[in-house]
Amino acid sequence: MVNVNGDTAISVKLFAGLAEARGWRERRIAHQPGMTVADVWRSQTGDVALPPRVLCAVNMDYCAAETPVQPGDEIGFFPPVTGGTA
Amino acid sequence: MTVSVREQPFEPYAVLAAYEKQRFPLAGTFGASASFIGTMRDLNEGDAVTQMTLEHYPGMTERHLEAICADASARWPLLDTLIIHRVGLLVPGDPIVLVAAWSAHRAEAFTACRHIMEDLKSRAPFWKKETTAQGERWVSRNTSGVARDAGTGE
Repeated sequence: MVNVNGDTAISVKLFAGLAEARGWRERRIAHQPGMTVADVWRSQTGDVALPPRVLCAVNMDYCAAETPVQPGDEIGFFPPVTGGTA
Repeated sequence: MTVSVREQPFEPYAVLAAYEKQRFPLAGTFGASASFIGTMRDLNEGDAVTQMTLEHYPGMTERHLEAICADASARWPLLDTLIIHRVGLLVPGDPIVLVAAWSAHRAEAFTACRHIMEDLKSRAPFWKKETTAQGERWVSRNTSGVARDAGTGE
């Protein structure tokens, strides 16, 4: 998918403690053919493997780490969710 | 089905009454309504909590709240569902979440309201950060949520 601007970059978003710990919330990076969500994590975190407790989403749907990334995708990484109330 | 994520405090009983009146203008069209209100406490894990910040994933949150309501409506014969969830800065006593379900009979309303609340806790992308005397801390969950390697969780 190429967005309306013809932009093939992908958007990477971090949330909650992940964003605080790493000091950034959103980046745009170049799409590489064949890249997966886990590859995106590694490329932005100094080759650290995606921790089991980090959840991920492609275009706002939960996904597996091995999910392929397409140009124009939005990738989100976040901790386990804690909505609602106890 | 209505979902709403709000930055500002809301009065759940007033919101619920106004919504029901607007949604069901004709008398007698539903037989049961069940609602749940979650409120911020001043204590968590033995520590006094003075305030809390709720972060979310704009867009993904609304999408998943709508999916949660749609799933409940596919599972039980509901006439309507409502979720209102706060984000931003909260203090003890502030309502966090309002869930409501309407149906012809009580069993479906009770069950769906409970189910929507449990589903919300495990699927909707909200995160809580508490302020205590020791400083700020992110609330971690120990119950199983959406498993990353289990795929979509949808």
